[in-house]
Amino acid sequence: MMKKLDRKQMAARVARDIPEGAYVNLGIGLPTLVGDYLPKGREIILHSENGVLGVGPKPSEDAFDEDLINAGKEPVTLLPGGAYFHHADSFGMIRGRHLDFAILGAFQVSTGGDLANWHTGGADAIPAVGGAMDLAVGAKKVLVMMEHLTKEGKSKIVERCTYPLTGARCVDRIYTDLAVIDVKADGLHVVEVVDGLDFQELQRLTGVPLKKLATAA
Amino acid sequence: MSILKTGVPGARCHNFCLMINKIVASAEAALADVPDGATVMIHGFGNAGMPGALIDALIAQGARDLTIVNNNAGNGDTGLAALIKAKRVRKILCSFPRQADSWHFDAQYRSGELELELVPQGTLAERIRAAGAGIGAFYTPTAYGTGLAEGKETRRIGERDYVLEYPIHADYALVKADRADRWGNLTYRKSARNFGPIMAAAAKTTVVQVREIVELGSLDPETIVTPSIFVQRVVRIAPAVMRAA
Repeated sequence: MMKKLDRKQMAARVARDIPEGAYVNLGIGLPTLVGDYLPKGREIILHSENGVLGVGPKPSEDAFDEDLINAGKEPVTLLPGGAYFHHADSFGMIRGRHLDFAILGAFQVSTGGDLANWHTGGADAIPAVGGAMDLAVGAKKVLVMMEHLTKEGKSKIVERCTYPLTGARCVDRIYTDLAVIDVKADGLHVVEVVDGLDFQELQRLTGVPLKKLATAA
Repeated sequence: MSILKTGVPGARCHNFCLMINKIVASAEAALADVPDGATVMIHGFGNAGMPGALIDALIAQGARDLTIVNNNAGNGDTGLAALIKAKRVRKILCSFPRQADSWHFDAQYRSGELELELVPQGTLAERIRAAGAGIGAFYTPTAYGTGLAEGKETRRIGERDYVLEYPIHADYALVKADRADRWGNLTYRKSARNFGPIMAAAAKTTVVQVREIVELGSLDPETIVTPSIFVQRVVRIAPAVMRAA
């Protein structure tokens, strides 16, 4: 029986890979959870697009300050050593390749590392892009977190994205509830699969060609 | 309240005094001359930095056909959402209009009353910054190869592809800051700084609502984020709710 990761386990899995000293931006939604699972004692500096470095945990109810929020507009705190800056500087940090990691959610990722995460393309859908396109092209490494399959059981890892692109050839690694997969010039390399799932079954579920790393199950 | 004591809002008052005094008595007086069709930048990311009193005064003032520049397109029923609800906005430039509570924008966008120019957030910030800094245009890697770059000039520089983007100028910027002096030097508070400094520089007339006005010389020059040259009018608005220190 395969043991799919739940959202918290996915967040914990991504958090494990973030090294000491990294500057990291967590996208809104699922990636924000990663902040709760960063290993204690490891100094990692979280960036928020709206102009904060050194984002700390949620404040207690009575310490809530409407002037201190994250990109998801949730109340946060500032760690000692943190700093505030304006929006043009904040996105200069992003586009200028200063961030070590951007962790983003996705609708689809292509075998070539194209990312689609901002718009379903539906005629009636109101588009909203925020900082996703800047993070996709700007961070040194773009890590994607998403469920492996849609609700209909289709793979979100695809030959070509059918949803509108956020960025072309920008994804470095994909973390799903089934596997960890690196996007490389010669294709997708499976780094890890969850317990109870073998490479052949992952390949069947994913559809697009996967390569098996020597270390993978 | 009369603005006559300080002459034309924001101007130097040659006949009454010899000092620069950008302090205006009320939000209404500070926005009295906004014409129909103006381009107005509104500072704020969500509620952090949103100049609520200035937006309310703009609604009361009645200018219409406005082009608004903001990161979002209003939340709930107050602030920018109220300006949209009052049907004063013709066009909005923003990065993230769709929110759970952006119903006034959603309705007017769907009915075609309100035009949207969707701009990636960093491109929005840099276009505003470019306007204030006198830059004619710039190449950014953001959005290359996506639908938001369609029809735009692109260029390969070194190993990367870029999209040409132009500055966004404005007639007015409405900004919320923490403290100001009578010259218009500004300090901000925490993440409420967001678009304030770049919008203040990008607009012909920058109107600032502040929590506190202090004596000239009492702001530590090392902490002034927006120097007075970018500010034309300052209004003190007492915070609605006092926070425990």
